[in-house]
Amino acid sequence: MKPAPFRYEAPRSVDAALTLLGEDAKVLAGGQSLVPIMNFRLARPATLVDVNRLDELAYLRKRDGALHIGALTRHATLERSDMVARGWPLLRQAVRQVAHPPIRARGTVGGSCAHGDPTAELPVALAALDARFHLRSRAGERSLGAAEFFVSHLTTALRDDELLIEIEVPPLPAAARTAFVEHARTHGDWAIAGAAVVLAPGHAAIALLGAAPTPVRAAEAEAALLAGGGAAEAARVAGARADGDWRAALTTALVRRALEEAGA
Amino acid sequence: MRIGVDVNGRRREADVEPRTLLSDFLRHDLGLTGTHVGCEHGVCGACTVQVDGEPVRSCLMFAVQAEGRAVRTVEALAEDDEELHPLQRAFHDQHALQCGFCTPGFLMSLEPLVRDRPDASEEEVREALAGNLCRCTGYEGIVRAVRQAARETR
Repeated sequence: MKPAPFRYEAPRSVDAALTLLGEDAKVLAGGQSLVPIMNFRLARPATLVDVNRLDELAYLRKRDGALHIGALTRHATLERSDMVARGWPLLRQAVRQVAHPPIRARGTVGGSCAHGDPTAELPVALAALDARFHLRSRAGERSLGAAEFFVSHLTTALRDDELLIEIEVPPLPAAARTAFVEHARTHGDWAIAGAAVVLAPGHAAIALLGAAPTPVRAAEAEAALLAGGGAAEAARVAGARADGDWRAALTTALVRRALEEAGA
Repeated sequence: MRIGVDVNGRRREADVEPRTLLSDFLRHDLGLTGTHVGCEHGVCGACTVQVDGEPVRSCLMFAVQAEGRAVRTVEALAEDDEELHPLQRAFHDQHALQCGFCTPGFLMSLEPLVRDRPDASEEEVREALAGNLCRCTGYEGIVRAVRQAARETR
């Protein structure tokens, strides 16, 4: 229950951090997922690059209508932001479902995304919001949508030499309503299934939690809604994406609840 | 690595291995054994302390990460040795502990709520303590204790 030894680096700038990244290095952000798996020795990185001193990555900014979330922004900061609650209520709805307050005090938005757990709340909300993920390495920068960034269970498109810098969330469509619904065995435990939805005139986004190895958009269900189908029909189409009768039924019920909460 | 940490208002310096957890640093290097260690993977909440005023799991932070930060443990909750903190007294009054192993974690998780939001509803109190496990009490006494301490603080 104690981590294996590692070399510890705590760079003071993003440039310095990038020179430390590589094959045997692991980025330590909030540590709420990485430290448990290091305590279990399921992860034994040779070098730990602690990014907690990179104040330049801890910010929430609104620019040209879009929300820019620095990768080191804590869950608690996102949860308490009035700007986020007004402009992107789905993010507050989602972050309140993440574990417990002491975990949200340390956990970061970037860390949750880079960890790539398909049952994590924020990646699912960000997929529904058409967020872009900005990555940087010494070789340059690139920017990916959720469908490219999340590759598989605990696997993202981040290369060993890349750092997630920022997540950019476009403005919601006019008159949009949002909802985030999940099922967990006990409050704050890992969710088994869930859904994030954004509905507006001419716009429907449904992202599913726990239905695939990554957060996934239910494109057929979105199309069904836009073609005039009701919440029940769209939920059935979305639920069919999940494996097994029970998970499909659960996903259907949660999507329907989320759609109804968002006014469908 | 040499680190300097403000612990309960006192600057403490020590040489630690990078892999030393903050919980072990507090208990083994500083002798502050009021912080209890339960699961060591962030589930039980027994090791909760405050870092820069926020409750955090000390088993999910390395001591080196506390360099230059302010850590507050249960030892600093009461202002002097004779008098309990109102939340500690309320735990006593309301039978909010039995074996007491989880109690320091509950106190450090809930003290900011009592201080900053004494009008919190029962639901908010339950949300604030949801990250701490207690196998003795069934939580009812803990909820009553928080509400008693909050009433006295208002």
